[in-house]
Amino acid sequence: MNERLLNILIQSFPKILLPGLMYTIPLTILAFAIGLVIAILTALVQFANIKVLKQIARLYIWVIRGTPLLVQLFVVYYGLPKVGILIEAFPAAVMVFAINEGAYAAETMRAALEAVPAGQMEAGYCVGMSWWQIVRRIELPQALRTAFPTLFNELISMVKDTSLAANITVTEMFMTTQRINAVYYEPLALYLEVAVIYLLFSTVLTKLQSIGEKRLGSYGKR
Amino acid sequence: MSMLEVKGIKKTFDGKTQVLNGIDVSVNKGEVIAILGPSGGGKTTLLRCMNFLERADSGSLTFDGKTYDLSRITKKEIAEIRCKTAFVFQNYNLFLNKTALQNVTEGLIVARKMEKNKAEEIGRAALQKVGMLERVDFYPNQLSGGQQQRVAIARALATDPEIIYFDEPTSALDPELTGEVLGVMRKLAEEGMTMLVVTHELGFARNISTRTMFIEGGVVVEEGPSREFFANPEQERTKAFLRAISSKED
Repeated sequence: MNERLLNILIQSFPKILLPGLMYTIPLTILAFAIGLVIAILTALVQFANIKVLKQIARLYIWVIRGTPLLVQLFVVYYGLPKVGILIEAFPAAVMVFAINEGAYAAETMRAALEAVPAGQMEAGYCVGMSWWQIVRRIELPQALRTAFPTLFNELISMVKDTSLAANITVTEMFMTTQRINAVYYEPLALYLEVAVIYLLFSTVLTKLQSIGEKRLGSYGKR
Repeated sequence: MSMLEVKGIKKTFDGKTQVLNGIDVSVNKGEVIAILGPSGGGKTTLLRCMNFLERADSGSLTFDGKTYDLSRITKKEIAEIRCKTAFVFQNYNLFLNKTALQNVTEGLIVARKMEKNKAEEIGRAALQKVGMLERVDFYPNQLSGGQQQRVAIARALATDPEIIYFDEPTSALDPELTGEVLGVMRKLAEEGMTMLVVTHELGFARNISTRTMFIEGGVVVEEGPSREFFANPEQERTKAFLRAISSKED
């Protein structure tokens, strides 16, 4: 490798990493946390079989899963100003990623809730607990444990998807790399470099996943 | 006057399969009633309707002098009755994310708003009664079927119910494990606990229960004090059932 290229890579590393820490990670964490709340509510509405809300939930999941994330970003950031709704790039990205994640994770949570044996609910009723008490203390903890690996999968995939936010002017890692590349024109080296940083983030998350799984335990299951 | 009385209970599944066809049950305080009958005869459904895990189509239930219409019962009334009853399931249905002790205290702390210390005191006493005190911190997955069922009985006892419903409590257990569960139930019976037990254990019905009912086709075919029921069954169908089931046991 020639010296010029090496210098470019070394100099650009902190420049790419910094927006990673300032935008990519906060965007992921915020959007995922909000998405998880949306997911749990959407799954519970279906689990509880509340007629109208259930239909709204199905509609939401259908529309969001059926359209590209990139299109959703464009609709919110470039489209909504047409009807007077102006949202800054970063909050718009958080919103779209959260709504998108919510739809996918809702299905994960619904499946996990349905996987909890029916007898758990009945046993709760028989000791006098209310529906909500049983859901909160018995059903959800078990469902979250079941869903944990899948949810983490979705989190890892979201870290990478945040690169799409570059398209709505969020200066996250990928956009920064593009800008650096515009100066030096070393696409192979620079895009590989940003790929390595994404890989780094994902590796840390994978480690966190296994630590999390151990922490959560499995309620004595072998 | 009986403590608990069910009259004319009817239940149809999917609008066509008639599972309960007008059954009457009356339970006096301290009685242990065994309900026998072939599979699909309605025994379990009867028990489940009495605790509202299934909704009966019609019938009435009188508990502690108060009568409820089963087809029109409200959530509040259901909660009222469930506070006085407990249910032991065939598959134990222990809360899988809770330890043995937490399983017993959950209903006390969450549903009855009892202080944690007090609930744990009651929980430990209940677990001791079923011989599970040394397993308080075990999760259901770390316990054998017999042990899980004993914890389930402790969970039922802890709420201080006026009656405990048992739905085939030993049917999911290996033969060598049924003994430990039946032993606990015998102890409760001797202490005067009111129990309604759906079972296939003829030994339990004959030796421990005070009264036996034979249910088939959604109706009570025959019932009477257990001693007479087994010594001189009147109905042909009862005789045939008892013969079939005891030849299997031998």
